Amino acid sequence: MTFTAVTLKLLEGFETTFLIFIITLVAAIPLGLIISFGSMSRFRPLSWLTRTLVWIIRGTPLMLQVIIVFYGPGLIWDNVRGLTRMSSVLVAFIINYAAYFSEIFRGGIEGIPRGQYEAGQVLGMTKRQIFFRIILLQVIKRIVPPMSNEIITLVKDTSLARVIAVREIIMEAESFISTYALIWPLFYSGAFFLIFCGVLTILFQFIEQRLSYFRV
Amino acid sequence: MSVLEVSNLQKSFGSTDVLKNINFSLERGEILSIIGSSGSGKTTLLRCLNFLETPDEGIISCNGDILFDSSNPKTLTETEIRKNRLHFGLVFQSFNLFPQYTAMKNVMLAKELLAKGRPDYKSNKKAILTEIENEAKALLAQVGLSDKLSNYPHELSGGQQQRVAIARALALNPEILCFDEPTSALDPELTGEVLKVIKQLADRHTTMIIVTHEMQFAREVSTKVLFMDDGYVVEYDTPEEVFGNPKEERTIRFLERYSNGLE
Repeated sequence: MTFTAVTLKLLEGFETTFLIFIITLVAAIPLGLIISFGSMSRFRPLSWLTRTLVWIIRGTPLMLQVIIVFYGPGLIWDNVRGLTRMSSVLVAFIINYAAYFSEIFRGGIEGIPRGQYEAGQVLGMTKRQIFFRIILLQVIKRIVPPMSNEIITLVKDTSLARVIAVREIIMEAESFISTYALIWPLFYSGAFFLIFCGVLTILFQFIEQRLSYFRV
Repeated sequence: MSVLEVSNLQKSFGSTDVLKNINFSLERGEILSIIGSSGSGKTTLLRCLNFLETPDEGIISCNGDILFDSSNPKTLTETEIRKNRLHFGLVFQSFNLFPQYTAMKNVMLAKELLAKGRPDYKSNKKAILTEIENEAKALLAQVGLSDKLSNYPHELSGGQQQRVAIARALALNPEILCFDEPTSALDPELTGEVLKVIKQLADRHTTMIIVTHEMQFAREVSTKVLFMDDGYVVEYDTPEEVFGNPKEERTIRFLERYSNGLE
């Protein structure tokens, strides 16, 4: 097995890794925002329900959630085909990460002092204007550090997809052990994660830098 | 006609009555200082006037127009309240400037947003924005901050921030400018510059309501003083009378404690 051949094979796996990462990220952010509104709702049953769901999702392993989404529907109902492997991974990841993101958003929104809303109110601004013109950017500035942390964790969590045989990069790398008795491709796969996380770190540093002109 | 008339205002939080049957009126150009110990209801009264709290009972009217009437639900809608707030300006104890905007933008923002609702906004955008900008510059010059237009709040001292906040409140030309302990969050050496700005406004006969612990200042600058205790208006008179010739036992005790440095 040449280095190039291994690299090509791992890149194939990385494509799946990247897909899981980006689709989860893009879908979990808006879903997380909705969940955070639910858990902050003044309507008690809704906030109670949302917080219970967040507790369950954060309180159980993501690996188990992937398995449940994939095998669950077929076990419960006889004639249901269930989701494909990749879709199951995506559904579990999106819900799981949305739950984590929602707590970050909630913390960011609740951390804005009441005085900021009141200052907007006494200046005759509408609720919308207060949220979009005053609150939002302050929330974004506050949540960039915890979000970057969570997003970097997501990169590495993608490797859990192999529990239902979705061929992401770690699974591709492992196949070299069984087929060719080579373990170095597995070690080598770590470099892909490292480089990817490095790029993300630089990106988040840039965003933090861009928001450093004011303090909250 | 009184610029402000408050009658039978009542407010409680849970089982605590914070405001009990508040009545007073204010003429245009008058400067009212509200004094009293912490927890007497001063700040709540000010917050009710700015519709940050909804009174349980009572009527608030401005220039004869009823802004709030607890028995008339029409005065309680969101849009109505938002419109009514524009009669009042409020300067907070903790400034509450918008941290992501420069001093200029802090002063301009609300006016810009209001201008968007004007029918001629689209056709006249440039002229309108220039006008708002010039007004903001003039206001910041008025509070002595011409050299800080493009500074962000965290780059300013507390006194400077509070002066920006005053300019911001003035930008919407409120009928009545309210101050909620404007110098309480400031280091002693910075209170002077803020009081000086308020004094200038008083010289221009800006109608103001000032909740304050600065007794000397209240005495100098006000035309009326309102002493509150335990949610009641105990004494409401000229500063000469309230400070020089207090009639009520509670006022006398409060002022005594104050001059002894206990409040």
